[in-house]
Amino acid sequence: MTEQSTEILYLPNARYTWGGDEFLFVEFDEAMNLTANYLATTVAHGLEQLDLPGVVDVCPANASLLVRFDPDVLGGEELRRRVQELEAQARTATQHTVETRIVEVPVWYQDPYTAEVVQRFREGYHQDPSGTDLDYAAKVNGLEDAAEFIRRHHESPWLVSMVGFVAGLPFMYQLVPRARQLEVPKYLSPRTDTPPLTVGHGGCFACIYSVRGAGGYQMFGVAAAPIYDPGQELPDFEDFLILFRPGDIVKFRPVDEAEYRAVQEQVEAGTWRYKQAPVTFDVEAALADPATYNRTLLEALDGAEN
Amino acid sequence: MALRTEQPGLLTTVQDQGRIGYYNVGIPQGGAMDQESAQTANKLVGNTAAEAVLECTYMGPAFTVDAPTTIAVAGAQVPVLVNGQEQPPWTRLELAEGDAVTFGVLRGGARFYLAVRGGVDVPEVLGSRSTYAIGRLGGMGGRKLEAGDVVPVGCPTGELPAVTELPESLRPALGGAQELRIVWGLYDHLLTEEGRRRLVEEEWRLTPVADRMGLRYEGPGVEWIQREQPFGAGSDPSNIVDAGYAVGSIQVPGGTQPIVLHRDAVSGGGYAMVGTVISADMDLLARATPGTVTRFRAVPMEEALRARRERAARLQEIWAL
Repeated sequence: MTEQSTEILYLPNARYTWGGDEFLFVEFDEAMNLTANYLATTVAHGLEQLDLPGVVDVCPANASLLVRFDPDVLGGEELRRRVQELEAQARTATQHTVETRIVEVPVWYQDPYTAEVVQRFREGYHQDPSGTDLDYAAKVNGLEDAAEFIRRHHESPWLVSMVGFVAGLPFMYQLVPRARQLEVPKYLSPRTDTPPLTVGHGGCFACIYSVRGAGGYQMFGVAAAPIYDPGQELPDFEDFLILFRPGDIVKFRPVDEAEYRAVQEQVEAGTWRYKQAPVTFDVEAALADPATYNRTLLEALDGAEN
Repeated sequence: MALRTEQPGLLTTVQDQGRIGYYNVGIPQGGAMDQESAQTANKLVGNTAAEAVLECTYMGPAFTVDAPTTIAVAGAQVPVLVNGQEQPPWTRLELAEGDAVTFGVLRGGARFYLAVRGGVDVPEVLGSRSTYAIGRLGGMGGRKLEAGDVVPVGCPTGELPAVTELPESLRPALGGAQELRIVWGLYDHLLTEEGRRRLVEEEWRLTPVADRMGLRYEGPGVEWIQREQPFGAGSDPSNIVDAGYAVGSIQVPGGTQPIVLHRDAVSGGGYAMVGTVISADMDLLARATPGTVTRFRAVPMEEALRARRERAARLQEIWAL
């Protein structure tokens, strides 16, 4: 049966504000949703295309856009005017599509690496020190057990809605209606340690920790291959040391220990490549009928060469 | 030519003017936190403003030089000793092969900058030599200095300036209370009137939690408006749907301790920013030590831009020496 969404594409009025004398901030919506993310990505792309002297960094986020500029070269008011024009263009467009790709990310759920760190940060850090992060996530989402949570986590694709925090860390938003979003609180107090490539979750967002360090998201598993390669040793990183871009679509694929080790061997040998395929992401179609639309996305991935 | 590190100091890193243009993928701008002091040190040894220097935090390194070398130290008040003899601060120093440089105990400020004629010559990564430790990029193998490190020095490109010492009038005042000018904005509307008042009218004190990522203050706390949180933002009224962080912006997780983000801050996250320290006052922040009594003063954008021009003029004056 097709699952109809209650959400539709809408184009809210953005809120413009300043971060001191060097940052323009545009909030497309207070709440997380696909439309606001589409606007952030689209306006960011348009601004990059303009290549305005004085624009230093264009940082699209989940539902907002941060632009760093040099006020000695480009006045803030002039920048705001240009961004507002781009916003108006995005609002009046008749098609709302983004040219992007779908990438398959193998994940070893319930792995021993994150399990060890989960055990180290219970009392004083976690809402439910008696169980694991996965048990807790299943419970707060009203699911039967960890296995059901894991299934829900990888059965539908995710949109990379923002890249940042630390180098190359993707925030991901699951392409399902709001009622089916997996939501989990962040840790009560952030951990001082998170294994690299941990697949985490906080609020409605999944993330993959690109590097070892502090973190507050619940930990579910570990991705098998790097998403940040400062030495640019793997072929997927030939052009740039960071894998993900806002607008990328991610499909998690559960793997067991044997397959995890096999991927690691390919990484070691320098031969690992992510399975991926180009797709045109259509926001209206995704919102109108997520289940059907997700199947088209996954078909594109199935047809990809590994 | 190189500096041979005997002791690394507490936190000594290679920094330049920063890595601009990769914030959109989570790589912070980095660079010397006190740009004015770093540039002054470069000026005194005849470098360009863009050369990499060593940023030394609280406790300096100890090193010897393997060839005649010209150095200058600027920033925090620290005794500079060459073969045990104290040298004048903010002054160009000529070292002979085998000379040993050590530093005494800081008397004011938090960070000082060691420039060496020719610049610290580590490879550029993404257009900068700055150390980004979490991402293992830049500097000495992407990390802070360690004992035994041999810090490479480049070839001089410019003439030595006539000036050998920075005039007293151009040296920053160190220690004492600070006033940091901020521009309201970003998510300040999520604070109550009283919360906004407290931020800019009460006194705040810098805690020991102050590093290249951010500086945390204690004080009377602020108040958030109670509201139903938007979807995806998280349950605390200080939470927002994760967004990009402006450098210099102030966040107040839970409403208790304001944190001012500095040059190595994470590029985004889920805490509301309620204002931003103006670009002209970011060097001042870098000089604050724990306990520093601080007032945040809200200024209109015109004043932020005027302060920016004044700072540029002061730097120009230093470069014109």
